[in-house]
Amino acid sequence: MTARPTRRVRSGVGDIRLRRLLLQLAVVLVTVAAGVYLFGNVQRNLQQLGITPGFDFLRHPASFAIGESSIPYQATDPYGRAFLAGLVNTLRVAVLGVVLATAVGVVAGLARLSANGLVRLLASLYVELTRNTPLLLQLFFWYGAIVYTLPPASQALALPGSVFLMNRGLVLPAPRPGPGFPTAVAILGLALVAAVTAYRILLRKRLEEGRETRPGLVALGLLAAGGLAAVILPAGPALVLERPQLARFNFQGGLMLSAEFTALLLALVIYTGAFIAEVVRGGVLAVPRGQWEAARSLGLSPFLVQRLVVFPQALRIIVPPLTSQYLNLIKNSSLAMAVAFPDLLNVSSTIVNQTGRTLEMLLLVGATYLAFSLLTSLLMNLYNRSLRRGVA
Amino acid sequence: MDEPATGPALPEPAPGRPAAGQAGPAGTTVVVPPPRAPWPQRAAAWARQNLLASWYHGLLTLVALAILALAGRAVLSWALVRARWDVVTDNLLLLLVGAYPRDQLWRVVAALVLLAVLAVVSGLAWAGPARWRRAQMPVVAAWVVLVPAAMVLVLSVPRQGGAGTGYGLILTLVLAVAGITLSFPLGVLLALGRVSSLPVVRALSIAYIELVRGTPLMVVLFFSMTALPLFLPPSVRPDLVTRAAAGLVLFTAAYVAEAVRGGLQGVPRGQVEAAQALGLTGTQAVLLIILPQALRAVIPALVGQFISLFKDTSLVAVWGLLEFVGVAQSVLSNPSYLGRHVEMYAFVAAVYWVFCYGMSLASRRLERRLGVGER
Repeated sequence: MTARPTRRVRSGVGDIRLRRLLLQLAVVLVTVAAGVYLFGNVQRNLQQLGITPGFDFLRHPASFAIGESSIPYQATDPYGRAFLAGLVNTLRVAVLGVVLATAVGVVAGLARLSANGLVRLLASLYVELTRNTPLLLQLFFWYGAIVYTLPPASQALALPGSVFLMNRGLVLPAPRPGPGFPTAVAILGLALVAAVTAYRILLRKRLEEGRETRPGLVALGLLAAGGLAAVILPAGPALVLERPQLARFNFQGGLMLSAEFTALLLALVIYTGAFIAEVVRGGVLAVPRGQWEAARSLGLSPFLVQRLVVFPQALRIIVPPLTSQYLNLIKNSSLAMAVAFPDLLNVSSTIVNQTGRTLEMLLLVGATYLAFSLLTSLLMNLYNRSLRRGVA
Repeated sequence: MDEPATGPALPEPAPGRPAAGQAGPAGTTVVVPPPRAPWPQRAAAWARQNLLASWYHGLLTLVALAILALAGRAVLSWALVRARWDVVTDNLLLLLVGAYPRDQLWRVVAALVLLAVLAVVSGLAWAGPARWRRAQMPVVAAWVVLVPAAMVLVLSVPRQGGAGTGYGLILTLVLAVAGITLSFPLGVLLALGRVSSLPVVRALSIAYIELVRGTPLMVVLFFSMTALPLFLPPSVRPDLVTRAAAGLVLFTAAYVAEAVRGGLQGVPRGQVEAAQALGLTGTQAVLLIILPQALRAVIPALVGQFISLFKDTSLVAVWGLLEFVGVAQSVLSNPSYLGRHVEMYAFVAAVYWVFCYGMSLASRRLERRLGVGER
């Protein structure tokens, strides 16, 4: 009885191998057949439409205007340049959005963990309200609130610090480098390096020798001294604030953020901030309570408990889901189309409407977003790895 | 559009509160709550602990109180006095059913009643008294049969010229239900493909999942709205609703697949071996042993995904379909409702909020009932 099944098992293994091979062959065949069928349809359809596929059209003049562009662009420029202008606009929203959403999310996430009941309530209200309504609706809401409830440029709301709010968007004073700019930057750079070095050395002393060395205080003092020196030492002012002036119908000078850009940025930051808040809260909650207690019993101050024990461990839990939130924000910036902000997708869909080059533009847009996603993942993974090394 | 990395909200930390009333395996209460002090004392203790623990907490409390009072007063005075809700009340039917033929509305009502009965019965079967448990399998079968039937009932309405794509909230629900029911099996297949030991199957699944997840939903909809017909024979021209649903399904399936993969990886290796030892074939082991455990473990992630999908259906408004948000936009473009955006969006947001928050609450209850994360 014990020796008998050997042959069957062996033939069984052979069977399984053959079956696996046949199964994969079948999958390949079905995939290829579907691909050939779909591709054939595309060819026939394109022929009917009289389109020869290719990317030559990108060199033809675009002959449409773009509402706002960070790079010089005019309607006589080629389609390729219009695409680039849209890409830069997407990057502008995405980078600013990621930075601001992180700030909002960290504050709201920690607020939800606060020992203060009212602060917890406020943060929970924010998170539950924003997470459970569509981003598109929030975008429409902010855009509508700016365009339909704010006054026109001639009666713009003046906020402190030469900031103006109106139905065309937000105008801020723009900092421009002054004559003392290079010197000030050099001084600040030196101060920063000195502060970081001092902080590290003093912190190591504090941990190794158990003496109170006040690393944070010393670092802050060095930074403050550097800042003071950067203001006093250079020959001229480092930054000149260019204040916006109301001309006849609109503002001149300063930094103009259009209503579309402002609404999109607001919507992305507030929506993603709520998700980041939950990521932060989950990360901090996942650090075992014993770690807090151990750190406290070592005599560390509440701030150092957070800084040295809780946050490094929470960060390792937070970074991977935080990365997906960043990716979401970048991808969601394509909702720009709903308020006609000329981002990557919006410009591309205009190009499609003019040229009928659907497939080519889809390929370009898809590849660009994929590249953004991969780049973000790569950067965040590098950061993640440095975190792991830093803690170990 | 979203990758809900956290799933539905985590349970509140609730410091200092005993885990009272936790249901045991047979529905018995395992933790007896300690005797409670009269409420004024409890309230005072709570306030001391939560509002005035130290001087800066007192300050924080004051600031938070000020924000709450100011915001509350602003919202209330706007909602009760200044807001002009006629933009909503005048167009309520339009917002809910859009251009749906009024003499055919019984179809919608019938479908909604059907779904409501199904939902109540499912709730009883999974979260109700023990004797309803036997109904679980028939209820699943009923879902599989009746949901498509309800969809057909709603959609087989005679089309009127040009108004065929504007069904308001009904279209939102149809897109969401179609998206959920169709993307789920596709997502499970992709997840199984991704963990399969067949290299070709695995590579194809990974390629699909990563390609879709790296692309915004708006681009996927752009594809399904404009380019999908190019891939079909010239005689086949799906209407806009079908194209939008196709885009939503293709997109959501990739995210469902990732959620399910997490569950599949969580099933202990021993389970597979035990199934083999029992003499089950590979397919049987997957269907009877592995998938049920994997799916139970990822209920929070799946519900989070479906909440996302429900919110994301609003994006089809950008591509010209008049679902809930689309109808709202078209009402607002009527000059007689100029500048009534905040009222309209507040109403639409409230409806979405009730649906989404309801789903996440239900998921949390189900999670507790099934004891996810406790075993």
